[in-house]
Amino acid sequence: MAAIARSKRTSGSSHSTPLTRRLAHGDLIFRVLTMLAALIIFLTMVAIGLELWQTSALSRAKFGLEFLVSTNWDPVAQDFGALTFLYGTLQTSALALLFAVPVGIGIAIFLAELAPSWLSEPLGFLVELLAAVPSVIFGLWGLFVFIPTVVKPAGQALNSALGFIPLFEGPVFGPSRLAASVILAIMILPTISAVSRDVLRAIPNAQREASLALGSTRWEMISQVLIPYGLSGILGAVILGLGRALGETIAVTMVIGNNLDLSASLLHPGYTMASLIANEFAEATYDLYLQALIEIGLVLFVVSLLLNLIARFLVYRVARKTPTEARV
Amino acid sequence: MNAVIARAQPRLRARSYRRRKITNGVMLFLTGVATILAIIPLVWIIVYVAQEGIRFLTPSFFTELPTPVGVPGGGIANALVGSAITVGIGALIAIPVSIIAALYVSDNPNTPLGVGLRFATDVLAGIPSIVMGLFAYTVIVLPQKHFSALSGGFALAIIMTPIVLRTTEEMLKLVPRNWREGSLALGAPEWKTAVQVLLPATLSGVVTGIMLGISRVAGEAAPMIFTAFGNPFYSTDANQPVATLPHTIFVYAISPYKDLHDKAWTTALVLIALALGLNIAARGITRWRTRKLGLR
Repeated sequence: MAAIARSKRTSGSSHSTPLTRRLAHGDLIFRVLTMLAALIIFLTMVAIGLELWQTSALSRAKFGLEFLVSTNWDPVAQDFGALTFLYGTLQTSALALLFAVPVGIGIAIFLAELAPSWLSEPLGFLVELLAAVPSVIFGLWGLFVFIPTVVKPAGQALNSALGFIPLFEGPVFGPSRLAASVILAIMILPTISAVSRDVLRAIPNAQREASLALGSTRWEMISQVLIPYGLSGILGAVILGLGRALGETIAVTMVIGNNLDLSASLLHPGYTMASLIANEFAEATYDLYLQALIEIGLVLFVVSLLLNLIARFLVYRVARKTPTEARV
Repeated sequence: MNAVIARAQPRLRARSYRRRKITNGVMLFLTGVATILAIIPLVWIIVYVAQEGIRFLTPSFFTELPTPVGVPGGGIANALVGSAITVGIGALIAIPVSIIAALYVSDNPNTPLGVGLRFATDVLAGIPSIVMGLFAYTVIVLPQKHFSALSGGFALAIIMTPIVLRTTEEMLKLVPRNWREGSLALGAPEWKTAVQVLLPATLSGVVTGIMLGISRVAGEAAPMIFTAFGNPFYSTDANQPVATLPHTIFVYAISPYKDLHDKAWTTALVLIALALGLNIAARGITRWRTRKLGLR
């Protein structure tokens, strides 16, 4: 039946039909219209890259690749480099992943494997609702509530216990890289847990039964059978979370302190690429300054593009590596 | 299947039963703790925003313009209108383009354009919203030489597109193949099949996607900084700068005045009610929809 329908459709739009009939039918217009819409979206992605590339021409011409490895950011001397912000972005995102991945996977396990459905449905709903809270509200809450009550005391404790490590060097600030990382971790938690939960739920029950029948405990079944089985999907979830952490702007701008601090300390204020753009764009008084900021945006664009490609490649590779009989 | 379990076996034997049971108990307990850890900030944020925000929530807060610092009263009428304008412009651009493109990709998932479109959708969903703001700035604000609601709406449209497109595409995939075939077999052209069979069948799903998209972009402050820019006055002109709810919260929160901080909390209450309300409603529709499909 499907074959008949397909042959009908192809003959309806094949080249043998006279153009006038196809026009009268309306399908040619429909096809052109849908292709046009698809093309517009594809070209928008291309245009974002091209436009950022072109409007950062001055900055690219003046600094070249040096831009990526220079830590100078001096609007007065007209000298710009992105390394400080690249580092800030990577540091806060990595730390956010460190907090969010174990917790997120724990939530996924609890919701998919342990909680009965009367409990897992409302809890899952609440966790996903966390993703719907606007980021500016995370920033507001982080700045006035979370930093004074949690982050600053925790920072002071870390500093007095481990202050000899450069990562926990004093003086302790409220708005800091640590604060930004924790807020980011909370923000990417729903992404990681929701995707991982769906991955765990998709694993066939035979896997669980076989493992339990061989005498493993529930945790051994989860950690040695389910997680290796769903690894590619969980990896995808982590990369989605990383993508969100890298580009998050407003909440980070509000809690990171926006300071060109070159120390390694997590307890000092810092800057990320996104928070730099948000914070300095209005102050960019001359073209080169503006274009340097746009070039930072270009770096962000390229990083998120690369991340997407890597995620696809990894998932493809892991999926291929998993033995076919294990995929059922 | 066997390979995975076989690999696990020797490790199982090596450990004592007692230790394995304790590990099991501790780890399972920790997953419960993780779930509570995620719910604490949600409840904390909602309760705190409600407590702080409700103090200044009066009917006039919705109808009055902002007052200067220190002058009591004042509201966010300008930001409400500005948010409605920018989100409206965004939705007007994003909804038709994404629905029509979804019709294309669900029909031709493996053509070069279909593959390219799906890749572009993934990339657009992953690009930070501030980069969309930069794009809107270079495309609209720079040539026009002034900030505008239009440029803000344009940035929001790009953010909204992948959300609406993906939901619509997923819903189109769920339409039974023989509905489409039935319509085509009756001699209906493809466009008629799309408009009269496919889209009505997926209507609730498309509406869900639109609501999720709106709830997402209504909370976007980052791209507004250099597109819609903000405006202390009432403006309904798409070509003029406007204030928006999230951007107003941002500006008030980073100001040094206690007065403005209070207003930031009240604005946050309005925004969170809007965003969460839309989100919950969208989920309600999906639930109702899946239940209906399950009955059939």
